[in-house]
Amino acid sequence: MRVALFVTCVNDALFPGTGRATVTLLRRLGCDVTFPTAQTCCGQMHLNTGYPEEGGRLARHFTDVFADCDAVVVPSGSCAAMIREQYVRLARVPASTASTASTAFAERVAETVPRVHELSEFLVDVLGVTDVGAYFPHRVTYHPTCHSLRGLRLGDRPVRLLEQVRGLDLVPLPAADECCGFGGTFAVKNPAVSAAMCADKARNVTATGAEVLCAADNSCLMHIGGALGRQRTGVRTMHLAEILASTEAVR
Amino acid sequence: MTFLGMPAFPANAAAAVRDSQLRFNLRKATHTIREKRASVVAELPDWARLREAGKQIKDHTLRNLERYLLQMEEAVTAAGGHVHWAADAREANRIVTGLVRETGESDVVKVKSMATQEIGLNEALAEAGITAYETDLAELIVQLGDDWPSHILVPAIHRSRAEIREIFLEKMADWGRPAPEELTDDPRALAEAARRHLRERFLSTKVAISGANFMIAETGTLVVLESEGNGRMCLTLPKTLISVVGIEKLLPTWRDLEVFLQLLPRSSTGERMNPYTSTWTGATEGQEFHLVLLDNGRTRVLADEVGRQALRCIRCSACLNVCPVYERAGGHAYGSVYPGPIGAILTPQLRGMSSPLDASLPYASTLCGACYDVCPVAIDIPEVLVHLRGRAPHPRAERLGMRAAGWVFDRPERLARAERLAGRLRRFVPRRAPGPGPLSAWTETRDLPEIPAESFRDWWTRTDGGTR
Ligand code: SF4
Repeated sequence: MRVALFVTCVNDALFPGTGRATVTLLRRLGCDVTFPTAQTCCGQMHLNTGYPEEGGRLARHFTDVFADCDAVVVPSGSCAAMIREQYVRLARVPASTASTASTAFAERVAETVPRVHELSEFLVDVLGVTDVGAYFPHRVTYHPTCHSLRGLRLGDRPVRLLEQVRGLDLVPLPAADECCGFGGTFAVKNPAVSAAMCADKARNVTATGAEVLCAADNSCLMHIGGALGRQRTGVRTMHLAEILASTEAVR
Repeated sequence: MTFLGMPAFPANAAAAVRDSQLRFNLRKATHTIREKRASVVAELPDWARLREAGKQIKDHTLRNLERYLLQMEEAVTAAGGHVHWAADAREANRIVTGLVRETGESDVVKVKSMATQEIGLNEALAEAGITAYETDLAELIVQLGDDWPSHILVPAIHRSRAEIREIFLEKMADWGRPAPEELTDDPRALAEAARRHLRERFLSTKVAISGANFMIAETGTLVVLESEGNGRMCLTLPKTLISVVGIEKLLPTWRDLEVFLQLLPRSSTGERMNPYTSTWTGATEGQEFHLVLLDNGRTRVLADEVGRQALRCIRCSACLNVCPVYERAGGHAYGSVYPGPIGAILTPQLRGMSSPLDASLPYASTLCGACYDVCPVAIDIPEVLVHLRGRAPHPRAERLGMRAAGWVFDRPERLARAERLAGRLRRFVPRRAPGPGPLSAWTETRDLPEIPAESFRDWWTRTDGGTR
């Protein structure tokens, strides 16, 4: 199966290892992975911070770049949620103000968006696998980031994938469904509340005794990991793709 | 009570997160009520359908508001009540003050009401020499403590039992019957002290002011839901009753009310049914009844296609109780009688976004979506927040930064060059950046991630997708 990777700008610039792990994993499962190099950013930061003009432009760019792909895989819950929820809203223009450009965008959105899958959705729903042949002998706890949980409704898909990883000791995270306090630009616009929320999240993480905190979104992990590191907890963060890409052979 | 000139949300919240007592009180209270709500909602197999029905009924009413308002006016008038229309807070206060003056009384008792808080009625009455006595237990605590409400349902949620005992001992005497000297902080003892204090007030006061949870257009009936029974005392004992109600509180029929009598108690107090539901239609014998229909910005909200869903709100406060930001920042940080997620979308719409505080409210959220999940009328609060952010005034530096970032993201070549530049400068990134600015805000409590030497896209190109 041919899949196009939308790596996301955060992963592209800051966490290329997650992108490489996604490629490794998808290839191991028999996919032919392409990377349309014209891709940039889904527009989430702009749109959610109140810059719909720039956000809308980036959304149009995304739908142009990925228009002809059969399946698009995104290793980020919040970017996938952005595309699925907000592109549809952006495309909803009242008939009175519709133009040829807005109609074309709406058509693109209708065609492209249903083919965009967050990584765990793609593995479980499209490929129909939960055992991806991974090996990772560590104690791991999983944080189900807000946009994965309440936006995409990923449910237990990521956990089902992790449960099948050989050697992995999955421990439940207390108050897992509570937001970590990242919230994009919220983290710097409201740093005090963001840090207070993160302190609670970090405390819940260390209470599990896990050595690795896993999530399907590196932006949240960057935030929680930043606090875990600052506090010298010795807990490291890893994207779901990186754990699923690990095998005994490459260790 | 005035919120005028208050600093923006981030500064208010920064002070609040350092207040250990506040953090403790809020955490305890919100988590308790959150769990209660979750368990009684889970009992109902048809909750999702009830929620959808609630949403539809409210939307239908809002779409036909004019018709139902006129129907309401006609029904109330036919039942012997008087209906007044108030375009804004000032007009509503003037009407109510005038009505109280006509009675010749200088004391009024009040049923807990958000609309009268919103218009600052107590202050307006005080200016006219009229004293308003709050009769809801939590409102009483707030009033005695010369404080602000910090929660829609439990205005004194930020207070602990010990603090309440101290307030009662110190202040009750100034307002009427003093608290007993041996008062303990046992909730029952506190409630008893309040009861005795209030009882005298109910029996002696001739004018009452209330709001309403719902108005039923077909019969002109007003509905108040409460837990303590104090509201019922105010609604029945005094000779004159004045109700100030937002125009969005309408429901077409009694059948519609059935849906909300299930949605509201379970969402707000986490009870299957609230202890007291009072309904009244027009004036009963020997009583005079006035209904003040309040707009105060609501028709402007109604004109906004995305923002208007905020008018579905039934003030249950479920969104406050699950909000991680509210839990840590507290209600006062929102600088409005409407705190929490609903306040963050309602206040900027009702008041506009010209003050720094009001402009900061749409940003007082991580968009985590917990509020939307629990809202009994399915208000998509994150959607409205994002919508309002698009209209909020932006700081100049941020605007320039965002424009620059947009320019970089517009072309993949530009992004690739920016990534390469960051990779080259990665050794110079400080562990803690000097302030002010986003980088120092981040590094004050968090390490920065290590910037990689090579971006993903450069790796892909160099290795031909990892095949070389
Ligand atoms: S927005 Fe929804 S959850 Fe919040 S107070 Fe209003 S009705 Fe309740």
